[in-house]
Amino acid sequence: MNKNIRWKVFTTLAVLVVFSAVGVYPIVASQYGITSPSWLMAKQLKLGLDLKGGVHLVLRVQTDDAIRLEGEQEMERLREALRTRNIPITSLTMPSISTIRVEGVPAPQDAAFREAAVDLAVNFDRSPGTNGSYTFTMKPNIAILLRQESVVSARQTIERRVNELGVAEPSIAQQGAAGDQILVQLPGVTDVEHAKEIIRSTGLLELKIVEMGPAANREDLMQNGQVPEGMDIVPGAADSTGGGTVYYMVRKAAAVSGRDLTNARPSVDQNNLPAVSFMLSGEGARKFGAVTEANIGRRLAIILDNRVTSAPTIQSRITDNGQITGVTPDEVSDLALILKSGALPATLTYLEERTIGPSLGADSIRSGIEASVVGLVLIVAFMLVYYKLSGVNAVVALIFNLIILLGLMAYIGAVMTLPGIAGFVLTMGIGVDSNVLIFERIKEELEAQHGVRAAVNAGFSRVFLTLLDTHISALIAALFLIQFGTGPIRGFAYTLIIGLASNLFTSTFVSKTLFELALGRQQRQATALSI
Amino acid sequence: MHIFTNPNYNFLRWRWHAVALSWIVIIAGLGLIYTRGLAKGIEFAGGTSVIMQFDRTPSVDTVRNALNANYAGGGQDAVVQSYGDETQRQVMVRVPQVGAEEGAALGATAQAVEAALRKGNLGNFSVVGTEIVGPAVGEELTEKGIWAFVLSLVGILAYIAFRFEFAFALGAVVATVHDVLVTLAFLTFFGYDMTLNVIAAILTVTGYSTNDTIVIFDRVRENMRKMRRDSLGGVINTSINQTLGRTVITAGTALLSAIALFLFGGEVLHGFAFTMIVGIVTGTYSSVFVAAAIVTFWHRKAQSKAVASPAAAPATTPARRAKSARNVRAS
Repeated sequence: MNKNIRWKVFTTLAVLVVFSAVGVYPIVASQYGITSPSWLMAKQLKLGLDLKGGVHLVLRVQTDDAIRLEGEQEMERLREALRTRNIPITSLTMPSISTIRVEGVPAPQDAAFREAAVDLAVNFDRSPGTNGSYTFTMKPNIAILLRQESVVSARQTIERRVNELGVAEPSIAQQGAAGDQILVQLPGVTDVEHAKEIIRSTGLLELKIVEMGPAANREDLMQNGQVPEGMDIVPGAADSTGGGTVYYMVRKAAAVSGRDLTNARPSVDQNNLPAVSFMLSGEGARKFGAVTEANIGRRLAIILDNRVTSAPTIQSRITDNGQITGVTPDEVSDLALILKSGALPATLTYLEERTIGPSLGADSIRSGIEASVVGLVLIVAFMLVYYKLSGVNAVVALIFNLIILLGLMAYIGAVMTLPGIAGFVLTMGIGVDSNVLIFERIKEELEAQHGVRAAVNAGFSRVFLTLLDTHISALIAALFLIQFGTGPIRGFAYTLIIGLASNLFTSTFVSKTLFELALGRQQRQATALSI
Repeated sequence: MHIFTNPNYNFLRWRWHAVALSWIVIIAGLGLIYTRGLAKGIEFAGGTSVIMQFDRTPSVDTVRNALNANYAGGGQDAVVQSYGDETQRQVMVRVPQVGAEEGAALGATAQAVEAALRKGNLGNFSVVGTEIVGPAVGEELTEKGIWAFVLSLVGILAYIAFRFEFAFALGAVVATVHDVLVTLAFLTFFGYDMTLNVIAAILTVTGYSTNDTIVIFDRVRENMRKMRRDSLGGVINTSINQTLGRTVITAGTALLSAIALFLFGGEVLHGFAFTMIVGIVTGTYSSVFVAAAIVTFWHRKAQSKAVASPAAAPATTPARRAKSARNVRAS
């Protein structure tokens, strides 16, 4: 054996050992419960949701909400600024989610108005109209930024909530052409409704001073059939058990909101009924202290997702904690979880929902493996019959290919899905192509009577470029599949790409080494080849 | 062992028959798609599907009757079919979208279907899987799918044009488009739904089809150097014959694995495997008949153009030859 071949054999064996250890051993070990060091088991081939069972959700973040919220806040800030400077206006409205319109600014106070609106002009474009009117439009780049931020922060909030739920290996990702979709995959979870409820709850907590109410009807609180400026009418439960509906008129600007929260946990109120206690941050506590001190004797509405859960009377100055009562026992822990994970910046709608029961997943694995085994056996049988001893070579290359494929997929953390298994089976089918191509070429060269060794060498070297071309063009197709694909299809594309790479290696390097080994054993004069 | 011993079939002679056959299949398929519409799977059409496992499998009719009696949308638009292996006793019910189902109401239809069947006295069952797709998803997927296909074609066109020459790239791409159309036609003939898996299979077929075409083109490129006196048609025909054994064996082994998937891969992969089977057959056929025919057609056109303007004639053909020879050496 010359040095060259020894090196090749060594490389081949090294590859075999490494990939078997990474890809195949953990599967076998976990199947038969063999205890192994954790570093060896760390890179397990992951199963996709369609094989493992679980919940797959696609949500859309209503980014318009974030724009509207920003607009409303800016509008209230402007109203406050105008009030402190005593600039009278006739109306302040939002004709659309990204525009604020001011009417009736007195001409002598125009300069003062502009001065007051200087903060607003940072993010909004100002255009003056007739009769002291102004339209402020949100700058497009600011709007884009807000939309992006709202999706990112929604994703982070969902991540926190899912982690609190204790789901193993969840996957949460942004997707969609507009980038406003969030994909949530929760393996092993089957209670979809509960998961959906927790993910979707806005969880916006606001504490606001009650100006009027409670009243039985919304209309009772209105003045001249309108909600007074700077006020809001919010519905709430009539009693502590959550029954009936009453209405409260509250100040639009919240004294404290969920953003000032540091912690929330289940507890009980003074009547031993379930409640959720929350703690406020330093800044929130300072604001809350000031507001409660100034409003002793009035009611404070605790508003969750735009519904008053309770409206106790303020007895004394409160600083850093509070309690939400009027919650059912079932809701307590979920509510604490949602509050702790922070509010969603925008509402979410579900676009897609898929639940795969664990038994359905197990069926899919079983049939996938069955199909792989049948395919493998058929191909192996054919290769052995048609190419005889050289067929063994092809079969060895094929098994190598599968081991490398499994190992690489486990190593890069690719996910095995049902279409992935299909990719596996196809890789075997198409992978044999390379061997066929080489063998057929060797046969042709043998007929040209240049001797066995020359024929084998020519077969490999002439076909190499063809293989490169076919593999690269298949790679191009697979890459676009990744761009296009959602979970399972991506699994397929990854399998295909890895399969292409390992196939190129096994068919040109491993197979050639095997031929050289076989020829080397027949001394110098190899005259016949079993092909 | 040889499948063919020194084959010498005149493939190019049959190319017009092949063109006719291809057009017949494609036009029939497109006609059927035009009149009946492409059957869309749940990912594209939207809707709700519920897979249930029964203690005793009910007949499709009793399930439909239960829907008629207890489900608000009735059973007439519902797809009811047994799912997977018979021993699994599973039934899939798929109902179309109700209104603009989005947000919290997304799961309501699935629950309504389940409730309707519980009322229908079909025996004990459990829901093993649900799939609910809102209306917005399908459009985006369709758009993405078309882009993925077009871009992968452009990518392959560019690669082959770079490695071979333009006529070859054109041949390969036309053959690939041909394969996709034929596959779509067969999917429609046999009533398969367009699902994500089927789309994945179609994209794989594009890869497979070019793969097959490239092997033949590669031999043509090699033979163009050796057989300088032969006509391009002759070179192509020889090349097809020389690679015929490989073409048939490869198609055979790929078919074996696709058939294994079709028979044993389970319900979810049925459409996928069917698409692959059709794609492998048409992909092999098109590399022999379509791709090669396009190359000769393009060259003949280029030559007749060259004849029409005699001044350019002596320059074009040798230049083309020289270019392809250069390509070989450069690679």
